[in-house]
Amino acid sequence: MIAEAGHYALVLALALALIQSFVPLIGARLRDPALMNVARSTALAQLLFVGASFIALVTLHVNSDFSVANVYENSHSMKPLIYKITGVWGNHEGSMLLWVSILALFGGLVAAFGNNLPLSLRAHVLAVQAWIASAFYLFILITSNPFLRIVNPPIEGRDLNPVLQDIGLAVHPPMLYLGYVGFSISFSFAIAALIEGRIDAAWARWVRPWTLMAWIFLTLGIAMGSYWAYYELGWGGWWFWDPVENASLMPWLAGTALLHSALVMEKRNALKVWTILLSILTFSLSLLGTFLVRSGVITSVHAFANDPTRGVFILLILCLFIGGSLSLFAGRATSLKQGGLFAPISREGALVLNNLLLTVACAVVLFGTLYPLAMEVLADFKMSVGAPFYNLTFVPLFALLLLAVPFGPMLAWKRGDLLGVTQRLLAAGVAGLVVIAIVWGWTRGGSALAPLAIGLGVFVIAGAVTDMAERTGLFRLPFMTTLHRARGLPRSAWGTAFAHAGLGVALIGIVCETTWNSEYIATMKPNDVAQVAGYELKLDGLLERQGPNYREMIAQFNVSRDGDMLSVMTPSKRSFTTRGSSTTEAALLTRGASQLYISLGDATAEGAIAVRIYHKPLVLMIWWGPVLMAFGGVLSLSDRRLRVGAPKPARAKQRLQPAE
Amino acid sequence: MRRMMAALVALVLLAAPAAYAVQPDEIMSDPVKEARARDLSRELRCMVCQNQSIDDSDAPLARDLRLLVRERIAAGDSNSQVLDFLVARYGEFVLLKPRFERQTLLLWLLAPLLLAGGGFALWRQNRRRAQTGVDVPPPLTQDEQARLAALMSDDATSR
Repeated sequence: MIAEAGHYALVLALALALIQSFVPLIGARLRDPALMNVARSTALAQLLFVGASFIALVTLHVNSDFSVANVYENSHSMKPLIYKITGVWGNHEGSMLLWVSILALFGGLVAAFGNNLPLSLRAHVLAVQAWIASAFYLFILITSNPFLRIVNPPIEGRDLNPVLQDIGLAVHPPMLYLGYVGFSISFSFAIAALIEGRIDAAWARWVRPWTLMAWIFLTLGIAMGSYWAYYELGWGGWWFWDPVENASLMPWLAGTALLHSALVMEKRNALKVWTILLSILTFSLSLLGTFLVRSGVITSVHAFANDPTRGVFILLILCLFIGGSLSLFAGRATSLKQGGLFAPISREGALVLNNLLLTVACAVVLFGTLYPLAMEVLADFKMSVGAPFYNLTFVPLFALLLLAVPFGPMLAWKRGDLLGVTQRLLAAGVAGLVVIAIVWGWTRGGSALAPLAIGLGVFVIAGAVTDMAERTGLFRLPFMTTLHRARGLPRSAWGTAFAHAGLGVALIGIVCETTWNSEYIATMKPNDVAQVAGYELKLDGLLERQGPNYREMIAQFNVSRDGDMLSVMTPSKRSFTTRGSSTTEAALLTRGASQLYISLGDATAEGAIAVRIYHKPLVLMIWWGPVLMAFGGVLSLSDRRLRVGAPKPARAKQRLQPAE
Repeated sequence: MRRMMAALVALVLLAAPAAYAVQPDEIMSDPVKEARARDLSRELRCMVCQNQSIDDSDAPLARDLRLLVRERIAAGDSNSQVLDFLVARYGEFVLLKPRFERQTLLLWLLAPLLLAGGGFALWRQNRRRAQTGVDVPPPLTQDEQARLAALMSDDATSR
C-alpha cells in the first residue's frame, strides 16, 4: 500500500510538473497574472507530492518491507535504523528520488520566497525548473522506479554495501545533491533571462544567493566525501582524481567561477553574457556528473553498452538541456547589452582572470575525465588519465590562481593600482618568503616544491588578513575605532576573507600530507612495537566481537611518545556475512591538526596481523580549508544586502557602506 | 556518490577480500630501490580497478604488478625501462600519466592552448574597446529620460 501510494504521488508530481512547464509560459505571453501564478501553487504542490513519495520510500526501508525490490536489494532487517534510512539513497533508484526531491525543494523555495521577483521572471524560472523536473520524473518512472514489487517476497534482504554503512556516506550524498541541484536555480534564471531577453544587475542580485547556497553545500559535500574516503577506504588517500570525484569537482569549479562573475555583474553591470553562459555550463556539468555516475559509462564503455536504457535516457536529457540551452544562448546572447567598462588592471580584471583560470582548470578536468572514453570509442585506443596527469596540468593552474587571489579583493573597481596593491601586500609576501626559508632550512634536502607551496599558502592567508586589517584600520587607528569598523564592514567582505584564507589552509594541509607523510607497513605480533614519526605504538592484542550485522576483529594499540602513554587506538576489520565482504575501520588519533592512522590487513595463522600505520602531518587542514570556505559563504549569505528577499537597506546606512 | 561507484566496482571485482595495498612481504630490503618502486607504483594503473594506482589498490593483480615492478628494479632496470616493459606487456592503459604522443596531443596541450586563446581574446576585446573609445555610455532614450525625471521628482518629494 505504501509503495503504491509513493508511486502514485510521484506520478501526480509529474502531472503537476507538466502543468508548471507550460501554463506559466502561456500566462507570461498573455500577460495574465493568474496563469503566471499557477507556477507558484504547482511548485509547492510538487514539493508536497515528491516529499510524500520520498517519505514513502523511507518508510518502506525502515519497515524492512522486502516485497519491494529496492528494499530487498539494499536493506537487511538487522541493519541499524540510521543505515536503514540512509540506505534509501545508497542505491541508484533511491538516490534519483532524492535528486528530484531536492529539485522540488528548490522549486518550492523559489515559489515561497520569490515574492520580490518580477512576476513574469518568477513564472519563467519555475517553468524551466518544471522542465528539468518532468524529465527526471519520467526517467525515474520509466527506468528506475524504486517502488516495484517482487512477486514472491523473500524473507530477508541482501543488505547495503558495507562500505556505505557509515555516517559520512549518510550525509555526503544529500549535501552533494543540494549543491548539484541548487545550481539548477541559476540555470533556470539564465534561461528565463534569455527567453525574456532582459537581464540587468538586479538579475545577478537575485541569482547570487541561490548560487552561493548551492556552492556552500557542494563545497561541504565534496570535503565530506573526501574525508569519508580518507578514513573508510583504509589507505589514507583523500583524493583520487577518479571520474566520479571529477564529476563533482567540475560543477564546483564552474560554480566558483559563476559566483565571482555574478559579482562583477551585480556591482558593475559587466560580464553579462559570460555570467549567463557560466550559469548554463555549471548546471550542465552537474547533469553531466549525474550522467557519468548513473549510467555506468565510466566503469566501462562496455558496461554502458550492455544495459543502455538508463544511460541513453540520461544522455537524451543531457543533450536536450545542454543543447537546447546553448542554442538559446547562441541565438539570444548578442541581444544582451554589454555595460560597465573597466581597465585590465581592476577588480573586474582580477575577477576575469579568476574566471579564465577556473574555466581552464575545469576544462582540464573535463578532458581528463572524458578523453580516455572518447579515445576508446573513436580510436580504439585504451589509455588512462590519473593523478600524475592532473599534478602536471591542474596544479600549476591552481598555483597561478592562488598567487592572484590576495590581489583581487584589494584592487579598486574600474581602474586599479597594481603597484599600490603590491606595496600593501608586501608584509604578506614577506611572511610567505620567511616561511619558505624556514621550511626549506628545516627540511633541507627534501622536496624543493613543498616549501614554495607552503609559502604560497601562507601568502594567501596573510593576504586575506591584510585586506581585513586595512579595511578596519588595524594598527593605524585606535583599537575601538577598528572594532567599530570591523562591525560595520559588510558581512560579505568577511566572507571573502574567510573563503580565501580557507584556500591557503587547505593548500598547506595538502602539501604537508603529501610530502611528509610517514608510513610503517609490517606484520605485527602482540607486544610488538612500531616506531612512527616519534610515536611508539605497541600492539596489545587482538580480540573478536559481534556487531549488529557483522563480526569484527579489533587490534588494540597503546600509543606513547617519549615514554608518556597518550591513548589507546583500536582499528578493526569487519566482515559482513550477508554480502560476504569486509571493511576496514581505521583508527585515528588526532594531535592538533595531525593524525596517526592505523588500518589492519589480513591476520596470519600464527596470530600476527598485517598493519599499516601512517603519521599524517597537518592532514586535518585539508578539510578545515573547505569548512572555512563554506563558513565564508554562510557569512556572505547572511549579508542583508544579499539575503533572499531582503528589504531595501535604509538610505543613510547605504551611504556608509564602503564600495567593494 | 563519488567513491560509491568505485567501491561497488572494486567489490564486484574483488569478491575475495584482500589486504590493503603494499604488503609487508613485498617491501624490498634496499630503501632506495623501495622508494623508486613506490614512486613507479603511483604512476601505474591497476587495470581491473577504477582509476586506482597499483600503490593504492588491494586487488591481487595490483600485487602481481607491484612484485613485477620490484623484480625489474632488482634486475637493474632504470625507471623508464620498467615503464617500457609494462607498456609493452599491457599497453598504454597501464600508465596513469599518458605519454605525450599523437593520440594524447590535445589532452596535454589543452590547458596552454585555452590559456593562450582566452588571453588573446581578452586582449583583443580590450584593444577594440580602447580603439573605438566606447567609454562614453550611449545617450539615454526619451523613454529612459522620462523615467529618470519621474524618479528624480519622486525622490525629491519623498525627502
